[in-house]
Amino acid sequence: MINLVYNEMLKIVRKKRLFIIAAIVAVLVSLFTYAQLKQIETIRERIGTTDWRTQLQQQIIDTQNRLNSTGISEEWKKFLKIRLQQQQYYLDNDINPMAPGAPTFMRMFIENSIELFLPLLVMVIAADLVSSEASGGTIKLLLTRPVKRWKILMSKYIAMILSTSFIVFSVAILSYAISGIVFGYGGWNLPLLTGFSIQGEELNTAAVHLIPQWKYLLIEFGLAFFVSLVVGTLTFMLSVLIRSTAAVMGIMLAALISGAILSSMVSSWESAKYLFMVNLRLTSYISGMAPPIDGMTLSFSMMVLATWALVALIVSFYVFTKRDVY
Amino acid sequence: MEETLVVQNVRKNIGKKEIIKGLSFSLKKGEVFGFLGPNGAGKTTTIRMLVGLIRPTSGTISICGYNLQKQFTKAIQHIGCIVENPELYPYLSGWENLEHFARMVPGVTMHRIQEVVELVGLQNRIYDLVRTYSLGMRQRLGIAQALLGKPTVLILDEPTNGLDPVGIREMRQFIRSLAEQEQLSVLVSSHLLSEIQLMCDRVAIMSKGEIIRIDTVEHLLQEQARTYWNVVPINTAKEILINETTVIGEKDGAIVTIYESNETIARCNARLIEAGVLVSGIERKLPTLEDLFIELTGGETID
Repeated sequence: MINLVYNEMLKIVRKKRLFIIAAIVAVLVSLFTYAQLKQIETIRERIGTTDWRTQLQQQIIDTQNRLNSTGISEEWKKFLKIRLQQQQYYLDNDINPMAPGAPTFMRMFIENSIELFLPLLVMVIAADLVSSEASGGTIKLLLTRPVKRWKILMSKYIAMILSTSFIVFSVAILSYAISGIVFGYGGWNLPLLTGFSIQGEELNTAAVHLIPQWKYLLIEFGLAFFVSLVVGTLTFMLSVLIRSTAAVMGIMLAALISGAILSSMVSSWESAKYLFMVNLRLTSYISGMAPPIDGMTLSFSMMVLATWALVALIVSFYVFTKRDVY
Repeated sequence: MEETLVVQNVRKNIGKKEIIKGLSFSLKKGEVFGFLGPNGAGKTTTIRMLVGLIRPTSGTISICGYNLQKQFTKAIQHIGCIVENPELYPYLSGWENLEHFARMVPGVTMHRIQEVVELVGLQNRIYDLVRTYSLGMRQRLGIAQALLGKPTVLILDEPTNGLDPVGIREMRQFIRSLAEQEQLSVLVSSHLLSEIQLMCDRVAIMSKGEIIRIDTVEHLLQEQARTYWNVVPINTAKEILINETTVIGEKDGAIVTIYESNETIARCNARLIEAGVLVSGIERKLPTLEDLFIELTGGETID
């Protein structure tokens, strides 16, 4: 089995996939770092102070103004109200949620990439794991070895898990290393609030407590890893079912993007919460953002994702071990 | 002689259509067995069933005594194969490709890889990427890959496809030497009769999912060989020939008779000359695949 996994990893590495992904991450992190830097400068100029309390107060006033303006949707209003309460809570408890530093940037980066960017990277690896063997014809050589078919597929699945780990890990390392050049490498122990839960329009702060940023990051990256695995498994299934890598990527891309769009407009379509793509923003539950559909919780989303992944895994193995190869 | 691959009454349905209709044959140790048939006759489907890529609807395939369906890993261990084109990983070198497949077979050492590389004569280019290989080199690397696990049965689908004449001859000699010296059973498929004729000991002729004939090559060809007589006047010659041998008909202004032996030809020739017939040419012709087909299937053409 170790030999088989070694083979699969060798192929992934020699196709230069991991290298390309690391390069994409590095470029994007640099871009975001620059954007973040510009944003901080702008805020500083506008408010004319570097004091975060003043900044936060300004933000609260901004949010209130937007709330009072006419013509904004009910959903958006709800979201703003929750935001407002959260910002107020930070202010009241003397916590700077935006304290600069590489760890804060990492947090921002993972929260924004968990829904689309990270799944896309995983998809690039998982999409051609099986389909490229089928379209290249090498599947015939692979399946005529004295190795059972499920073992071959299992080695590919393990390779997918390893690559996903590599991707999440490299996102963490690169976002820390690159943003640190600008923002400094400190801030691991910054206390952050978590435990928000949302009931209707109210932000329930009863369970809110402080945890150091490193712990917070650990949780968020854990969730990001989980999401990546689920997306990887779904892509893996498509890769087994479809010969064309391009088609696999197309379908997966459509699903992921539709998820991002749906999240902002499905609040009245309740059964949409069983779709995997609206459940990808797991980090929102930690930072206390309103979920796309009422009644969704962290454990609910994780259950939905896990179920999708499990079904995909069963389908992959069933089809791969049974089907005729032409 | 020991039988290495035994196929019994194998069928394959796709949907309601029966595409392979009950094949039975067996391979002996040290022989080259040819699979001859036009495109679409079911050669490749049959080969895919022999190597476990397609599950037969019914029937059994056993390799060195192991049932392919029930004891897959044990049975497949004795098979080396190339199905259709030798498709390897283009982004790996030849050596890496071989290493890759060696890792999947228990007991293949570095030494063995070196051995097969030398056997197929790829020493000079083995560390280059497969992307840069010519078709002939890929074909050879494919064979190297098939030989890695020291198989007892070697299955090659159209092994001379895309090779130049020198390459074809080399491949032929190579396959013969594997059968004669290493005592492998080799199954070769082709749609070219000339190729099968030069390479194989026995041949199975397939058409529309059935084997219509299994025989030794000499037997089959002998039976189907024809003699063409270019003679003037034709009618007189025909009367004489009818008495001496079997006349089949006329083609392109020549009389066609069944080829029996060289003695018959000499005898006939003597009679014709005695009768004053001018003989400008006597030619023994082996049947083309098309002729053989029309003959064996009673009118079915290659397509």
